[in-house]
Amino acid sequence: MTHIAMPAIDEAVIGRRDEIVAGLVAILGAEHVIATEDERRAYETDALTAYRAVPLAVVLPGSTEEVSKVLAFLNGTGAKVIARGAGTSLSGGALPSEDAVVLGLARLNRIVDIDYANRVARVQTGVTNVNITNAVAGQGFFYAPDPSSQLACTIGGNIAMNSGGAHCLKYGVTTNNILGLRMVMLDGTIVDIGGSECDAAGYDLLGLVIGSEGQLGVVTEATVRILRAAEGARPMLMGFDSAESAGACVAAIIGSGIIPVAIEYMDRPAIKVCEAFAHAGYPLDVEALLIIEVEGSEAEIADLIARITGIAEAFKPSTLRISQSATESAAIWKGRKSAFGAMGRIADYMCMDGVIPTSRLPEVLSRITAICEGYGLAVANIFHAGDGNLHPLVLYDMNDPDQLEKAELAGGDILKVCVEVGGCLTGEHGVGIEKRELMSEQFTQVDLDQQMQVKSVFDPGWKLNPAKVFPLEGRPAVSA
Amino acid sequence: MSIAAPVTTPDDEAQLVEAVADAGARTVPLAIAGGATRLGLGRPMQTAESLSTANLTGITLYEPAELVISARAGTPLAEIETTLAAQNQRLGFEPVDHRRLFGSQGTPTIGAVAAANVSGPRRIQVGAARDSLIGLRAVTGAGALIKSGGRVMKNVTGYDLVKFLAGSYGTLSVLSEVTFKVQPSPETEVTLVLNGLDDDRAVEALSTALGSPFSVTGAAHLPAGDGDVARTLIRLEGFADSVDERMKDLVALLAPYGATESLDADATRTLWRAVGDLEALGAPDDAAVWKVSVKPSDGPAIAAAARAAFACRVVYDWGGGLVWIATETGGFDAGAAVIRDAIAPLGGHATLVKASDAVRLATDVFQPLAPPLMDLTRKLKARFDPAGILNPGRMYAGV
Repeated sequence: MTHIAMPAIDEAVIGRRDEIVAGLVAILGAEHVIATEDERRAYETDALTAYRAVPLAVVLPGSTEEVSKVLAFLNGTGAKVIARGAGTSLSGGALPSEDAVVLGLARLNRIVDIDYANRVARVQTGVTNVNITNAVAGQGFFYAPDPSSQLACTIGGNIAMNSGGAHCLKYGVTTNNILGLRMVMLDGTIVDIGGSECDAAGYDLLGLVIGSEGQLGVVTEATVRILRAAEGARPMLMGFDSAESAGACVAAIIGSGIIPVAIEYMDRPAIKVCEAFAHAGYPLDVEALLIIEVEGSEAEIADLIARITGIAEAFKPSTLRISQSATESAAIWKGRKSAFGAMGRIADYMCMDGVIPTSRLPEVLSRITAICEGYGLAVANIFHAGDGNLHPLVLYDMNDPDQLEKAELAGGDILKVCVEVGGCLTGEHGVGIEKRELMSEQFTQVDLDQQMQVKSVFDPGWKLNPAKVFPLEGRPAVSA
Repeated sequence: MSIAAPVTTPDDEAQLVEAVADAGARTVPLAIAGGATRLGLGRPMQTAESLSTANLTGITLYEPAELVISARAGTPLAEIETTLAAQNQRLGFEPVDHRRLFGSQGTPTIGAVAAANVSGPRRIQVGAARDSLIGLRAVTGAGALIKSGGRVMKNVTGYDLVKFLAGSYGTLSVLSEVTFKVQPSPETEVTLVLNGLDDDRAVEALSTALGSPFSVTGAAHLPAGDGDVARTLIRLEGFADSVDERMKDLVALLAPYGATESLDADATRTLWRAVGDLEALGAPDDAAVWKVSVKPSDGPAIAAAARAAFACRVVYDWGGGLVWIATETGGFDAGAAVIRDAIAPLGGHATLVKASDAVRLATDVFQPLAPPLMDLTRKLKARFDPAGILNPGRMYAGV
C-alpha cells in the first residue's frame, strides 16, 4: 500500500533480535525494553499514518547515561536507531523500520532548572513543548515556538525538526530559541554543545544539529530561551472576498512596519470545517479569513488594532471583528489550532508544508486548487500568512489506495510549485520520508552531497534515522 | 594590516568557483577577505595568496513587503543599510563596524557580517546575524558551489548549513551570496540611563528590564572610570506612544536602582552605535581586547577576576552576558589564563578579538573546545575543505 520506497531491511539484524533485546534488557532492565509484538506495534507509525513498520524493539531510557549505554551497545549490532519524542511528526520523521530500535524519550520528562534572571530553562528533551511554558507561566514567562501539536509534541522532536508555529513571525523558530544541547553520539560519546550563553564557541554545531531530523545524534537535554510574555494579546478576524485581497492586505500591514505576533489564513473549505468544530464565530460567507494577533499593553493593543484596521480598509474586508474577551480570543485560537484535528473528522488528509514568497500567495493558491481538482480531490488551506508557510490539506479516503496515490501526487505537485516560485518544500514539518524524493527539486546533487557529508561525519554507518531526508538514489556507499 | 599578495578578485560566481578550484589543485592556502576590515580577528595565518570577494557586489533581491534582502557577498554593508533605510527597514541584529577597533580602513561587506556572525547590541532581543541569515550560496574548499536555505522566512528543508557556515570565518567555504531577513525601523527610540551602579547591581537592573514585558532592545553597562560615573543603559524602540508608555513603566520598575535620566532618539542612535563599535572601551592600538560570552549573571564575576589580576577596562552588553575586556598589561597571554579559568566553572567562552600577532600565535584566540567537539570540528572541516586551503588555522590550529 505504500508508495514511498524504503531502504532494504537488514535481515541479519532481525535474525539477531533475541540477542539484541537481551543486550538492551541487560542495560535498562526488562521494564524499559518493549519486546512483544503487540506492544511494539504502538510505535509502528507517527502522524503520517499511511506508513507503518513494527520496530525490532523499543527502549525507554531514563537518563543521558542510559541513552549513551544503549547507543554504544547498538552501535556494534548493526541495528538502526530511530529517536522518538511523542510521535507527532507529519512527515514520517519517527517512522521506524523492522530492523530498527526505537529510542523513546518519554521518560526524559524532567525540567532540570529554570533561571529567570538569565531567562533560560534547562529541560530534558522528552518534556512536551507546552509544559515548558506551563512551568514558567506563573512568573509571566513562556517558551516561544508553538507548533499546533504543542500539547503533545516534545522539545526533542521540535529540535529534530526545527519546529515553528503560529507565533514565529515575531519570535522565530526552534533554532532561534535554543542556547545549548546535550547530545549522545551513536558510539555513546556524550557532547555538550553551547550552554546558557549567546553564540556558542567554535562552529555553529547547534545550528547543524537543530533540524537534522534525528540523523546526527540523540539529544537528551536542551537549554531553551524563555521570554517574558507581553502584558496582553488580542486576535482579530478579517474576512475577504478573494485571496488576492487578503494577500495584499498582509503585504500592506508588514510593509507599514507592523509585525503582528501572528497572521493566520484560512480558505473557505477550512473555515467551514473549523467553525463546525470550534464554534469560534468565523464568518462563513468569505473566501479568505485572516486571524491577526497583536500584543502589548492595553493602549498598545488598541493602537496597533487601529493602525491595522486603517490599513485593511483599502482592501475592503467583508468582515472585521476584534475579539472582545479572553473567552472569544480562546475560541478564535481554538478553531485555528484544532484545524488539523477538525479536518480529520471529515476526511483523511495529507498536510503539506511548503513555503512561498508571500507576494505569490494568490497565484499559488489558485494553482493548488487546480492541481487538486486535476486529481479529483478537494483541498483546504490553513497557513501562516505572514511568513508564507502554506499548509494545504489534500483530502482523500485512506481506504482507497487509488486516492492515497493521487493525494501523494497532488502533494508533490504542490510542493514543486512552491519551489518553482522561490520557496521551499518544508517550512516546519521536516522532510522525513514524505518529501525525501522531492529534495532534488530544491537542491542539486552537489548540495545534497555536502549535507550527506555532514551526516557521515556524525554517523559514518548511516544508522541514525537513515530512511529520512535524503533521496535513496545518490547516497554515499557505507559499509555495514 | 593587509592580505597576502597575490590577491585574486573574482568578478562573478563562476570565477570564484574557478579561483578556489585552482588553489585547491595547486594546494595553495588562501586568505579569504571581503573588505579586509577584520583581518586582525583570528589566529595569524601563513598564506601565500589571497582571495577577495570585493568585486562580487550588488543587491540581487529586495522585497520590503516580504522583509527579505539578498546580496552578493562583497556588497558594502553601507549599501545594504542605505537601501533598507530608504524603505524604513534595517538589519535587526545591528552589525558592528570593526574598523575603529582594528584601526583598519576598507569597506565592511555583507558577506563578512555573515562569515564572522557579527552582531551588535540588539542581538539580545532579535538574535545574532546567524538568526537573521536565511539563505546563502557558497563555494567549498573542494570547489563545489552549494546553496542552503533560501529567501523565505521558514525553511527546514535539509540540514541548516546556513547556520553552520555563519561564523565559520571563511574556514569552510567562501560565501558568494547571502540572504537576510530584515525588520522595520522603529518610529522612535529612547534610552533610559541609570547612574552610579556597581557591576552587580547594574546587571541585576538589566535582568529586571529584560525580564519585563516592555521589549527592551539594548541593555548595556559602562562601569565607572577616569572620573566618569558608571552608566547603565536600557533602550526601547517602537511607535512613539508605545515607547512613552513603556518608558514610564520601566522607570517605575527600576525605581529601586536610583535616579534615572532619559535620552532622546538622536542621542540614543549615537550612543548605541558607540556601544556596538566599542568606543567606550577606548582601546588604543596596543591593547588586547577580549569578548567574553557568559550567562548575564556571571558577567561581573568574570570582570572582577580580570580586574584582580591586571589593569583593564570593561564594558558590558547583552544584559551583562557579553563582557568586553581591554588590557595593555595582561601578560604574555593577554590575560587568557585568568579569564578562561574564571569562565571554566561557570560556563561560557572567551575570544581574543584583538592582540598582537605574537600574542595571538601563542594564545588560543577562540575558546578551546572539549575533545569530542574539537574532533567533530576537524572532521567537518575536512569534509568542506579537504585540502585545507581556506583560511587555514584562522580559528583553530589545523582547522
